[in-house]
Amino acid sequence: MEERDFDIIVIGCGCAGAIAAYVAAKKGKSVLVVERGDFAGAKNMTGGRLYAHSLRSVLDAYSDGEIDWGSIPFERKITHERIAFMDIASAMTVDFTSEELGREYCDSYSVLRGTFDQWLAKTAEEAGCEVICGIAVEALLRDDSGCVYGIRAGEDEITAQVVILSEGANSLLTERCLGAPRPKPSQMAVGIKEVFELPASTIEDRFLCAPDEGAAMLVVGDCTHGYTGGGFLYTNKDSISLGLVATIEHLQEADTTIYQMMDDFKKHPAVAPIIRDAAMVEHSGHMVSEGGYDMVPEYVHDGCLVAGDAAMLCMNLGYQVRGMDLAISSGRFAAEAACAAIDAGDVSASGLAAYRTAMEESFVIQDLKTYRRWPQTMDKWTRMFTEYPTMVREAMNAVFVVDGEPGIPLRKRLWPIAKKRGVFKLIKEVGGALRAL
Amino acid sequence: MMRKLKPITVNVEALISANKYNVDESNKHIELAAEDLSTLPAEEFGKLVRVCPAALYKERDDGSRSFDYAGCLECGTCRIACEGTILKKWESPQPGMGVMYRFG
Repeated sequence: MEERDFDIIVIGCGCAGAIAAYVAAKKGKSVLVVERGDFAGAKNMTGGRLYAHSLRSVLDAYSDGEIDWGSIPFERKITHERIAFMDIASAMTVDFTSEELGREYCDSYSVLRGTFDQWLAKTAEEAGCEVICGIAVEALLRDDSGCVYGIRAGEDEITAQVVILSEGANSLLTERCLGAPRPKPSQMAVGIKEVFELPASTIEDRFLCAPDEGAAMLVVGDCTHGYTGGGFLYTNKDSISLGLVATIEHLQEADTTIYQMMDDFKKHPAVAPIIRDAAMVEHSGHMVSEGGYDMVPEYVHDGCLVAGDAAMLCMNLGYQVRGMDLAISSGRFAAEAACAAIDAGDVSASGLAAYRTAMEESFVIQDLKTYRRWPQTMDKWTRMFTEYPTMVREAMNAVFVVDGEPGIPLRKRLWPIAKKRGVFKLIKEVGGALRAL
Repeated sequence: MMRKLKPITVNVEALISANKYNVDESNKHIELAAEDLSTLPAEEFGKLVRVCPAALYKERDDGSRSFDYAGCLECGTCRIACEGTILKKWESPQPGMGVMYRFG
């Protein structure tokens, strides 16, 4: 094989990139990670919560016991799952907690990328990678046959046997240099988030959580003023992440801007008390790919593999939002395939095909395929964001409100509430959703 | 069909002032198809107004428009909404420039 500056260049030091670099370095390869932010995480934002299984598997396979799980800068272990239906002035919240949620390999953690990604970068560096921040890759270098053999950043050209592209959801290089289609407004959502500082004990009191444990909350309904999307909340150590996600296609025609929705959400009677007296310390935005399996671009190219958000590996099921665990596994599989291809002396797409096989045989592609029909089902289920939260309010009021008037049986109070929305239509909609989940 | 915007009551400038930025005064990393924003089609500019989480694209009650890339959160949402129509250029800011998330 031709002489190159590095065995592997990784573009982007997020979850996919840092793990790819870590795995490749552990396999003895020379690795350069280039990150456009001044530090890893500087350009990244998550809701967010990391489902730990994939990171645990990587560390089990590669860390030789060097990494103490307790030393990883997670925010809180999520032991409370909340889902809320929100009407303009009501909210019905389900709060679930169980031992299983916290069990090893089923556990999940709230994270802030500013700190978490710096840990990822440090871990990759300690494994022997070179991580350079403040480098923006402008183009991929391709030879006459189209095979990627390096990167161009400013005046510099740096070469490698394989480039792993993990540039995130706003995937400029994947589109412009690898020919991936630009995601459609129907396939992408914009996330807006604010971080609110609060003392740890206040968070534990407000969410009824043990120290170091916390809650994740997903909200549907009036938070996006009836447009496709939802609200989220994650408890961190000393702060709360609160935000919204809205599909661009509907938002771009909406009667409210995303930032006004966010402000209204913060003032909702079910939300305002959670962030009462908290200082807002950051206002951020990031895109989320929501199109599921059908928007995953070609991720195996001659000399180049695409991983993480850049490969649109994200799932929003309404009650579960996943991206970082998919990113971590895809980074690992990309590195493993790249190392094997380099050893075998064939870094063409067919030489790198083990990446596709690993992805397809793992939860990453299998889960995306299982829920393949969900993004469209959710997109068409407009009443989920409008009528359903209102119906929930009416039903809950019928159950709980006592006004001193002589009562009528509960079923007679509830029936008209369902009937107004069309009982068969409700059954059909819920049935359709269950079939897509 | 684009709907008329309800009144905007929030001041996003005050919110993004909590962020850390290193603004690249010499390089506009996002450019629109026309310098004179009033010539851009309303349907397309209206999309940018609605989707940008930093409120960089503005349309006032008197119809006047503005765009300022300085508070950009680099999410790329405007690119998905309007690249190919009224968004002429979307590049990442120069290295070391732009937003720097401390929490993320």
